Amino acid sequence: MSFRKYCCITCDTVYDEATGWPDEGIAPGTRWEDIPDDWTCPECSASKSDFYLMDA
Amino acid sequence: MTQQGITHNTASLQEASAKDKRWSKLKKYWYLVTLIVPAITIGSVLMAVQTGYGQWLWALAVVFWVVIPIVDFVFDEDPYNPTDEEQAQLLENSSYYKNILYAATVLQWVGLFAMTYAAVLGDFSWFNIVGAFLSVGAMHAVGLTMSHELGHKLNDKTQVIFAQVCSAVSGYAHFNIEHNKGHHKDVATPDDPASSRMGENIYKFAIRELPGAAKRGWTLEAERLKRQGRSVFSLHNELIQTSLITVAGYGAMVLLFGVEALPFLLLTAAYGWFQLTMANYIEHYGLMRQVGENGRFERCQPKHSWNTNFKASNLLTLHLQRHSDHHAHPTRPYQLLRDYADAPSLPQGYPAMMGMSLIPNAWRRIMDHRVVEWAEGDMTRVNMDPAHKDELFAKYHRAAEVAVDTSDSEGKAAAA
Repeated sequence: MSFRKYCCITCDTVYDEATGWPDEGIAPGTRWEDIPDDWTCPECSASKSDFYLMDA
Repeated sequence: MTQQGITHNTASLQEASAKDKRWSKLKKYWYLVTLIVPAITIGSVLMAVQTGYGQWLWALAVVFWVVIPIVDFVFDEDPYNPTDEEQAQLLENSSYYKNILYAATVLQWVGLFAMTYAAVLGDFSWFNIVGAFLSVGAMHAVGLTMSHELGHKLNDKTQVIFAQVCSAVSGYAHFNIEHNKGHHKDVATPDDPASSRMGENIYKFAIRELPGAAKRGWTLEAERLKRQGRSVFSLHNELIQTSLITVAGYGAMVLLFGVEALPFLLLTAAYGWFQLTMANYIEHYGLMRQVGENGRFERCQPKHSWNTNFKASNLLTLHLQRHSDHHAHPTRPYQLLRDYADAPSLPQGYPAMMGMSLIPNAWRRIMDHRVVEWAEGDMTRVNMDPAHKDELFAKYHRAAEVAVDTSDSEGKAAAA
């Protein structure tokens, strides 16, 4: 299964499953569903539910 | 406590809870105040034209600057936060809340047409034209609050379109892009032109915020279009789209009422922008997110916004005053926003505080000590105007004392 990207609807910050977010303690390859539900956008603090799946 | 005292307290709590429930049910209808704002503008023009009394043109300005602060003072705070069950119900009925904003957007345009007609073709004194100017400014302030609400619902095309139509009333084309992708990222940092610094007065802030926000809006939209491989000077540019709506509306008024309409429209639009500047000024004054070990600003938290929870201004601003919850949940609809009891709070509603901001000395007397208390005397944690940094440090910084107090009490605790 290929890696996906998710985008914050408010500030356009992109989470890429391939690169993860090491700064945030999220290792490369971490699937979106494995990120805790209370995780928030590191840029604008919007909820995880405010991210949408980007087209491949 | 005596048995009688406990029974009395329980009865008071039940009464308060029943009162809250009644208020929560009524609140649904009170949100119609958003429609009443442009309706007052239209009604005041009709009354002025019918009766010949130009004083009617002052109506909305008086409501905004005098009536709302008095009603806030009399009816006090809004203690009600919806429960989970009520939130689900409010979401289910979300079309009602959205339709209020759609109808109010249309009325905003009608209100602007009506007031411009009165100002240009009505035979009214300059004094009453000033009233018309201030009333349109107040209408623009509420319009930009509506546009703010609609512009955050980026997963709903209809709301996004209405946000643009609503921003176009006051010609503030860059607002939605800049606010979402700029302000929400940089809020409560020195990098944000829309977060005011301690010691910075409203006029100095306006000179930094108005061009700074416009520039940031344009840059962000240019970057977005570049990522899509499109030209910045195309109809895909949302700033250009919104500006074209403004040009069409203002152009129609110039054709209908004459070229004299143009200065009135441009001046009222600029005053509307300044009203938004006032709101931005009070929302984050002096509050600053700290830089973490990773070199990034910490996440925006409830403690990084000034809140206020007065009933009338909560309705007028679509709960914008519950600002901490808004930054934590930017897409949360206005009817669901909650008050955080431990968030920094202002002593009055936004309209009264906006008025206060116009008098810099009074503002600083009210707010500076609140910022210092928020920072617990550690001025390194405060977003300060560089021009006032030394003066503010000398006057307020007491981090060393705070550290000593803490170590003293820790020592005493260890000894005990």
